[in-house]
Amino acid sequence: MKYHTPATFEDAVGIAANATGVTRFLAGGTDVLVQLRADIVTPDDLIDVKHIPGVRDMTQNPDGSWTIGVAVAGAEMTENPALIADWPGVVEGMDLIGSTQVQGRATLTGNLCNGSPAGDAVPGMIAAGASVSVTGPDGSREVAVEDIPTGPGRTSLAKGEMVTAVHLPARGQNGGDAYLRFIPRTEMDIAVVGCAVNLRVDGDTITEARVALGAVAPTARLVEDAATALIGSKLDDAALEALAAAASAACNPIDDKRGTIEFRTHVAGVLAQRAAKIAYARARGEK
Amino acid sequence: MALDSKTEFKYIGTRPDRPDGMDKVTGKARYGADAYAPGMLHGAVVRSPHAHAKIVKIDASKALAMKGVKAVVTRADFATDLEGEDWDLLENTIAGEKTLYDGHAVAAVAATSALIAKDAAKLVEVEYEILPCVTDVDAAMADGAPVIRDGAADHSVPEGLHPNVVRYTEFGRGDVEAGFAAADLVVERDFKTEAVHQGYIEPHACLANLGADGKGELWCCTQGHWFVRRMCTALLGLETTQLRVTASEIGGGFGGKTTVFIDPIALALSRAAGKPVKLVMSRSEVLKASGPTSSASMNVKMGMTKDGKLTAATAVFRMQGGAFPGAPMDMTTMLAFSCYDLDNVHHEGFDVMTNRPKQAAYRAPGAPMGAFAVESVMDELCQGLGLDPIDARLTNAVKEGTKSSFGPRYKAVGLIETLEAAKAHPHYSAPLAENTGRGIASGYWMNWGGETSTSLAIGEDGTVQVGVGTPDIGGSRASMALMAAETLGIPYENVRVDVVDTASLGVNEPSHGSRATYASGLAVIESAREAITKLSKRAADKWGIDAEAVEWRDGAAHPSGPNAGDFTPLSIADIAGEMGSTGGPITGHHDASPTGFGGSFGTHIVDVHVDPDTGKSTVVRYTVVQDAGKAIHPSYVEGQFQGGAAQGIGWALNEEYIYDDDGRLQNDVFLDYRIPVASDLPMIDTVIVEVPNPGHPYGVRGVGETGITPPLPAVACAISHAIGHRMTRLPISPPRVLRAIQGKGIS
Repeated sequence: MKYHTPATFEDAVGIAANATGVTRFLAGGTDVLVQLRADIVTPDDLIDVKHIPGVRDMTQNPDGSWTIGVAVAGAEMTENPALIADWPGVVEGMDLIGSTQVQGRATLTGNLCNGSPAGDAVPGMIAAGASVSVTGPDGSREVAVEDIPTGPGRTSLAKGEMVTAVHLPARGQNGGDAYLRFIPRTEMDIAVVGCAVNLRVDGDTITEARVALGAVAPTARLVEDAATALIGSKLDDAALEALAAAASAACNPIDDKRGTIEFRTHVAGVLAQRAAKIAYARARGEK
Repeated sequence: MALDSKTEFKYIGTRPDRPDGMDKVTGKARYGADAYAPGMLHGAVVRSPHAHAKIVKIDASKALAMKGVKAVVTRADFATDLEGEDWDLLENTIAGEKTLYDGHAVAAVAATSALIAKDAAKLVEVEYEILPCVTDVDAAMADGAPVIRDGAADHSVPEGLHPNVVRYTEFGRGDVEAGFAAADLVVERDFKTEAVHQGYIEPHACLANLGADGKGELWCCTQGHWFVRRMCTALLGLETTQLRVTASEIGGGFGGKTTVFIDPIALALSRAAGKPVKLVMSRSEVLKASGPTSSASMNVKMGMTKDGKLTAATAVFRMQGGAFPGAPMDMTTMLAFSCYDLDNVHHEGFDVMTNRPKQAAYRAPGAPMGAFAVESVMDELCQGLGLDPIDARLTNAVKEGTKSSFGPRYKAVGLIETLEAAKAHPHYSAPLAENTGRGIASGYWMNWGGETSTSLAIGEDGTVQVGVGTPDIGGSRASMALMAAETLGIPYENVRVDVVDTASLGVNEPSHGSRATYASGLAVIESAREAITKLSKRAADKWGIDAEAVEWRDGAAHPSGPNAGDFTPLSIADIAGEMGSTGGPITGHHDASPTGFGGSFGTHIVDVHVDPDTGKSTVVRYTVVQDAGKAIHPSYVEGQFQGGAAQGIGWALNEEYIYDDDGRLQNDVFLDYRIPVASDLPMIDTVIVEVPNPGHPYGVRGVGETGITPPLPAVACAISHAIGHRMTRLPISPPRVLRAIQGKGIS
């Protein structure tokens, strides 16, 4: 195994593009190192991105949007009041990952690129309309977060490509987001179902919405029918019922050690309703 | 040894800091993996990926050719003349002709680093011929199930049962049919529980050093190093006393560290390599290839009159203990109805082999499953007849003199006292929130004495050192020091207690069977009394009076009365300071297999909230009431109560071994093997009931195991009440609860 500490994204991409064996990028390492120790993946080239200037930066841009470096740890996000005020759902998704110790290392980008359908940070990013910058041998591009994962452990990143930053849009007025996951315990577990809702209101009426589900399909997914159920409503019972039905209908889960198909499908609807209520309250400025 | 007349205590019942506390919170304590030796090698174990397979060939040539690899061992490196339990132990330690479960050890490598050993283990080529497998207890008993090992059944198994049924028991008394006919309500239910792991945080670890001369040393994490010595020397063909075993600090055992898994392998590697070898299990190895408890398939039928009197009870327990005989069905059958005074009772038990790891003891082995079934039926009877569950238990509760369901009459026991204390506890009458249910259950563990040897020596300054052979798994060093201090009349801080190695004392059974505080404690008291006799003799000699004229109190020798003479008392320090010139070292020693152990009953109350939309259960309030006989160190008694409840809650709600159709364990990490985390549990309230055990000088009963027996039924009953459906299958996971709420059944 070769361990690399490139000083620029260009160098990192160059190493990855020229590598011939198994390659992994290392940010917090909370997935890569665990997989390494468990004999799940033994990389031939391990490319540590933490030496690249700026990767630990978390910046609010003049237009109100946010740029979050690929090595920003969860604990740094949960201690940033401005970020929490704008995107509480994104931050609470990140905050649910692992223990206090893991929070000191784990990153949004790592959670996305690990490709787990159950990654807790991913639905919140999708619902927020987040995108990532991707750099590779053939140049750079911006990609919507929902277009990164393609299946369990798989992403749309080509050989040599890497994520170089996460972008969260400007929050704007009267918006709110929320993320909920179901686990049988209270901590230290992996989502059996995850749901993020992001919406904007005009008075009592929802004018914009995005709903994303995790752990109920091969990838975290944006559920447009669920958003349609919310838009134009005042989150009345009919809208909540339609929301739950749309969320459940979007599920394509598996039966496994963590949950059954019927359980995940039902609970996706329950969590969508609960997350929508929280997001709605936040959008209306209620606590 | 009889109960002392002493009822006023100076040290017993106080809560001093534990002597091992500072080392543990500062990281100085040395656990199994903290041992190092000059020239030490590291071992790695090659494990079967198949649940059931014939080993066709093992080729270690590539591994041996790797730089840094010093030895490879296989079954051929162990004793060949074993039978019975020793053969089972060896077969489980390292496979012979067949691998019997996912993770079964096949070979092992020793190398100059842990990484090299791990890589070399991957180069050991094992050719397997895969065989059909079975992991479920009911499936393993059915016609056509793969046979794990023909001829493993003993004489107890009736004709016509599947060869995987290896032991059978059946006993009872009275006329159960007449009893059921006399009942106003009869409830019969089937129950299932899954295998669970003790979940100790410290993985098995050891450092072995064995020479070609058959002399060796072993440092390991264990609940009983004499057991380790006996097992390892048998498996390696050594003389017992030529192996010295030292127990490290222990990061949890709960019964799972009363046997051996890697220790014989490390010794074999050390013998082959001529160097010390350290071997440490990964978490995955612990879950796959140490000793979880049994899973069970059960049927219980009980009858009750409308006044709450039980008229008859029957139970059938089918338990799998992995690919070897030994599922604890004898304990399950014995203790299932141990709380109740029954004239008509019948039990049947089946010990069944499957392609799973050899089960090991887990806190009250076998009792929680039986309690789950029996106490659930008891709850349903009370519900059906409109009876208060504590009142109905009081109507049937055993007491001193009651003939137990398994035969002997009880000595003084505290079930009634725990039930009365539970009924009086504010928890029992507190209002319940919406979607919340309350569960009540009682349970029992009979405890144990066992071979015990301790020593005590007086230091030159009058402080005292105590050597015991029972590893400290729950604060027992503090308890031993308190009992020595009480007996000698010296401060707790003046007593140091060590868990000493196998070369230092006679044979000691492990810290199992809730025996350490009872049996080692009793031996420490007797050791102290022997030392007092010697101390008194020294004073008598100095004063020129008879030893009988000396009275020992408050840590000093006194003339027993005016007739003995007028002498200034001699303190322990006074006598110790001169002992070199008055006759030499002063010690006390005691060896015994004490039989006066007393069982402990407990009653638990739990409130569980169930989210009606997701089926998620949350334990919102929990109270443990248990008889300790006499609580030597109340904090560590309470710790045992709380620990038992915590593990039982995990067993009830989320823990389970999940195998796929190929017999591969699906959840071999703590992410998916879901033990409760701290935030899953409320503060567990405790009430210590003290009905003294007449078989211990200070009335001690063991308290370690009873606490895991009531939680399974208590939690299940609470959830059943919260959702209005009887939950008869563990774990009561959210998908199962949601199905029950939706009326889809509970499977």
